[in-house]
Amino acid sequence: MDREQFSAGEHIKPGITRGRSYRARPRPMEKKQPISDRGQDPRRLELCLVNSNNGRRIGETLDAELSGYSVPLEHSFETDDVTNFRVRGALILKPGREQSVSLSQNQLSEEDRIRLKEVAAVDGLYKIRVPRVSLQSDRAERAMEGHLTAFVRACAMVESHLSDVLTLHTDVSGVLIGVSIVTLPGACRGTEVEDEVDLETFNTTLSVMAPISAPGPETALFLERLEQETEKKGKPQEQKSFFAKYWMYIVPLVLFLMMSGAQDQSGGGGGGGAANGGGR
Amino acid sequence: MAELILLLLRCSVLFSAVHAVFEDQVGKFDWRQQYVGNVRFAHFDNQIQSSKKVLVATDDNVFAAINTRTGELFWRHVDKNGPEGSIDALLLQGQDAIMVVGDGRLLRSWDVNVGGLNWETVLDSGSFQSASLVGQQDHVRYVAVLKKAAISLHYLSNGHQKWIENLPESDTVDYQSVYSDGTGEVFVLGLVPNSHITVVVYSLDDGEILKQFTVDCPWLSELLSSCSVIGRGMLTCVDLLSLSLNMFDLHSDSEMNRVSLESIGLEVSPSFRPLLVSTQPNAARAPLSEFLLQMGPDQHVLLQLHMGQILTLRDFKPAMLASFATSGEKTVVAVMSPKNQTASSINLFSAETGRRLLDTTLIFTMDPNGGKPVQLYVQAFLKKDDSVGYRVMVQTEDHQLTFIQQPGRVMWTREEALSDVVTMEMVDLPLTATQAELEGEFGKKADGLLSMVLKRLSSQLILVQAWATHLWKLFYDARKPRSQVKNEVTIENLSRDDFNLQKMMVMVTASGKLFGIDSKTGTIVWKHYLENVPLNAAFNLMVQRTTAHFPHPPQCTLLIKDKDTGLAMLHVFNPIFGKKSHISPPLLPQPILQSLLLPLMDQDYAKVLLLVDDQYKVSAFPSSKNVLQQLQEMASSIFFYLVDAEQGRLSGYRLRTDLSTELIWEVVLPTEVQKIVSVKEKKANEHVHSQGRVMGDRSVLYKYLNPNLLALVTESTDQHQERSFVGIFLIDGITGRIIHEAVQRKARGPVHIVHSENWVVYEYWSTKSRRVEFSVIELYEGMELYNSSVFSSLDRPLAPQVLHQSYIFPSAVSAMEATMTEKGITSRHLLIGLPSGGILSLPKMFLDPRRPEILSEQSREENLIPYAPELPIRTEWFINYNQSVSRVRGIHTAPSGLESTCLVVAYGLDIYQTRVYPSKQFDVLKDDYDYMLISSVLLALFFATMISKRLAEVKLLNRAWR
Repeated sequence: MDREQFSAGEHIKPGITRGRSYRARPRPMEKKQPISDRGQDPRRLELCLVNSNNGRRIGETLDAELSGYSVPLEHSFETDDVTNFRVRGALILKPGREQSVSLSQNQLSEEDRIRLKEVAAVDGLYKIRVPRVSLQSDRAERAMEGHLTAFVRACAMVESHLSDVLTLHTDVSGVLIGVSIVTLPGACRGTEVEDEVDLETFNTTLSVMAPISAPGPETALFLERLEQETEKKGKPQEQKSFFAKYWMYIVPLVLFLMMSGAQDQSGGGGGGGAANGGGR
Repeated sequence: MAELILLLLRCSVLFSAVHAVFEDQVGKFDWRQQYVGNVRFAHFDNQIQSSKKVLVATDDNVFAAINTRTGELFWRHVDKNGPEGSIDALLLQGQDAIMVVGDGRLLRSWDVNVGGLNWETVLDSGSFQSASLVGQQDHVRYVAVLKKAAISLHYLSNGHQKWIENLPESDTVDYQSVYSDGTGEVFVLGLVPNSHITVVVYSLDDGEILKQFTVDCPWLSELLSSCSVIGRGMLTCVDLLSLSLNMFDLHSDSEMNRVSLESIGLEVSPSFRPLLVSTQPNAARAPLSEFLLQMGPDQHVLLQLHMGQILTLRDFKPAMLASFATSGEKTVVAVMSPKNQTASSINLFSAETGRRLLDTTLIFTMDPNGGKPVQLYVQAFLKKDDSVGYRVMVQTEDHQLTFIQQPGRVMWTREEALSDVVTMEMVDLPLTATQAELEGEFGKKADGLLSMVLKRLSSQLILVQAWATHLWKLFYDARKPRSQVKNEVTIENLSRDDFNLQKMMVMVTASGKLFGIDSKTGTIVWKHYLENVPLNAAFNLMVQRTTAHFPHPPQCTLLIKDKDTGLAMLHVFNPIFGKKSHISPPLLPQPILQSLLLPLMDQDYAKVLLLVDDQYKVSAFPSSKNVLQQLQEMASSIFFYLVDAEQGRLSGYRLRTDLSTELIWEVVLPTEVQKIVSVKEKKANEHVHSQGRVMGDRSVLYKYLNPNLLALVTESTDQHQERSFVGIFLIDGITGRIIHEAVQRKARGPVHIVHSENWVVYEYWSTKSRRVEFSVIELYEGMELYNSSVFSSLDRPLAPQVLHQSYIFPSAVSAMEATMTEKGITSRHLLIGLPSGGILSLPKMFLDPRRPEILSEQSREENLIPYAPELPIRTEWFINYNQSVSRVRGIHTAPSGLESTCLVVAYGLDIYQTRVYPSKQFDVLKDDYDYMLISSVLLALFFATMISKRLAEVKLLNRAWR
């Protein structure tokens, strides 16, 4: 559990601090940990919300969340490249100003596990889709026509032991525009997954990504800095003496006079060099 | 004096940091060609016999004077783009050219000699109908402008309005033309379609309505093309139904006089609309009583109105074009008739008698790669023996102007199609014959040791010979003065130079004409006009095979797609010679959604082009067995995406082995909120040299170099300045994963975007601050690479770090592109086309989101420029110095063989080609490098060592003797 906790913290990206990251953690299957005393169906999943801002855990049970709006999360993996979506779980959208999404998902059945492995063996794709919905408005007709689809290679799904990261992308008005799925680790190395248990439950990290506001030109800070600099520079200048102020005019003048004096004596030769310097 | 020295010092400081060209480099490797666009009106300046000007007003809102001797521009005025600057009418009177601009918004008078503006008047609102010069007592003093509901008369001398009158019943009557013949009356002709003609007669002096009457003509639906005033106010109309001429005297309110065309022995081609053309050489006098009637696509008849009777003076058949021209008191008709397959002849006929004038035949050779002639502009002049001589300017449907003198000498041609380049590519030139010979040796199969040796020797011999002739030519040319050395470019001597600086620019224009232009000189090497190109076609030019695969010829494929129907066709050609390839492209019966060029090659080294039709089926070109087999093997790793901007849908597909496709991802941007305005991929031929950036602390920040990344720009549908925004989405084109999404609030388009390496630069209009702003996004993987050996979109689970920064830019932008070099070592510059005509080369260094607010030791180590909100425009950054490029629409960059050098072509109304050196010429010796000095120093050193060696020997010998 600690390991998972750590991994969740790791892929909170700097770019999405405006969004929130939630994690649907499966109920631990190991016998060592006692099943929680709430007496639920072990196939139900407990949902843990990890607030990315302060890391505080708001443990909430599924039943409480059912009051929200739920849309199906579907997946499809077939050996012969056809698409046949079946329900994988449900996304629960909680109404309210705060966008909050949680995920409850079923375990993979025996049949599905075998099929997933078969698909992975022929380098098939594992596709997911969610209906187009709005996360923000509380209107009844949240759903729009059509679905948003994404995919990973089935072998990556198998080799990562069903550890995937789902990201829901919304536009400025809170409507879902895209979904993305990646697995961790993402590579297909051809390692055999022996243990059937590894393919039973999804280990999903769910996050919502809203567009970030692009920065405009930073004029205020720049002006402030300029003012500070001029203030720094401005004060000592006033106390300068006449010579300190105009030395840059006086020194060349003196030099020039000296050189022109020298030129008279030696027939000139210094001037040419200076003129050449102006060329390139 | 001190100031003078200071000035000198400053000058030396300034000049040491110059990027721009030096004065002696002007025109050395850059050139500019100026165009005017497709000609709408053309008038020859006839005020003096020796005048050599033709004044043209074009569809591109350009008014220009062309030198009839050379075809160059005397002067040119480029007005606003779009309907606001469109030229509605051009009238020429003496040395004044009167122009109505912007649907009757402005009336302008230009001085023809110098191209200066005499005066400009703002007209009352109302859509423009017609304009005409009005004269009285043999002097043309006014111009009448007819609008939808009013007519106004203006003085020619200063543009002041003499009077303006409302037209009676203007809501029912469609007033279309205005006519006057110097009698002090202005006739306004209006039409109620299929009912009657309304004639309103105004007094020239005060605008009082003198007369107003109607004439019944229920058969007339169109006034301008069917009716014309002939002779002394005889309005003549063609009746399409009964095929007759109907005449009616404007001065005496009488009945229509009907003359059947059959009765004068004329027959109209079936389903052709006869066209009536009259001429009025002097606006202060009545039009001539002779007129032309076009009876069919290749038949014109010269008719005369004599005592109320119509006489046939001459029947021109076959005749493609005919037009009037006047010189002094003589009016002639120039008629173009086909001679044979490739040439047509133009003859001159007297308008009065219809007799052919002697020695006036002129042969116009039609370009087999050009279009058909559409218009004749005739310049007639009186010779010393009082006979009429003439020159003609022929306009063809491919927007070409050809100026011909007797007996058929082409004085010049102007390719006005080049004013509207849509897309272009730069193709390497082929090898020379000797190089090809050498290549051929390696290409052949080995046959015995001896023959191989002999072959090698012979090819070496050829090389030596070629080198010797080259040396001789160099020596020979060096003795001639520079101006005499001609480097004429022909197809024969086109070959690659040492550094691949000379390329073939293949340009596709909106009119459907293709050009091959030599990039060094700007000479048009070949041209090819594609007929049947739809008006709103979209073009996609692809290089399927480069010149690198000798002996296979290079091959380009142009996909021409009708935007409405989606139906497409392919044109396959050789980009060096312009010849159509013998390979027959596949017919495409289905609308095409997407085309993609795969890196796969067939056995002849042609890249495979995949075409996706609206059934999401894929077809390949070339579709040989070899290709299909390769495709089947690769199918599972061929992904592509489609963008449907109307529905805001992006979808990804994967190819199946049977060439059908499978939908694998979908992203939908609701169109109620925002609409997709552009999708930008990275360039396929781009090289990135360095994988990361070295930080101040010597660690490396690795770039996120995803070759499949798409940059998508959206604009909000809500245009309110507080709520409008511009959205930027970075999407992986394989997996559909949204890598980054950002919104620029209170911003509006038009957005220009450049996407390259690991960065995206875009430009937008900030509605809040009312200024143009630039924004840059850079993507980094972080301090370590996920997989350093290969990039796969399918295996990059970690999202990149995104850095974003914005700047103010002090000018509007009309086009933007980034420089590109062979290996990507040279630093990058952004090339920004400005509306002022300048092309700015802005170092990418200024658009770096890592520019620090406060300069630290580490950022100084990294050479970062401290952040300043405003991007500078330095005059020495303009790569085209004073060679302004009007209305830049696109900038094309191509790498050359030299790493330091990038070839740039900016196109719009003009075309400008140059080279840029973003990191200066680090791999080239300077032009003024002193070879003499270095060789003399070397020689001197050599001799000095020889002499000193000798002296040392003598000294040693002497010492030994001692």
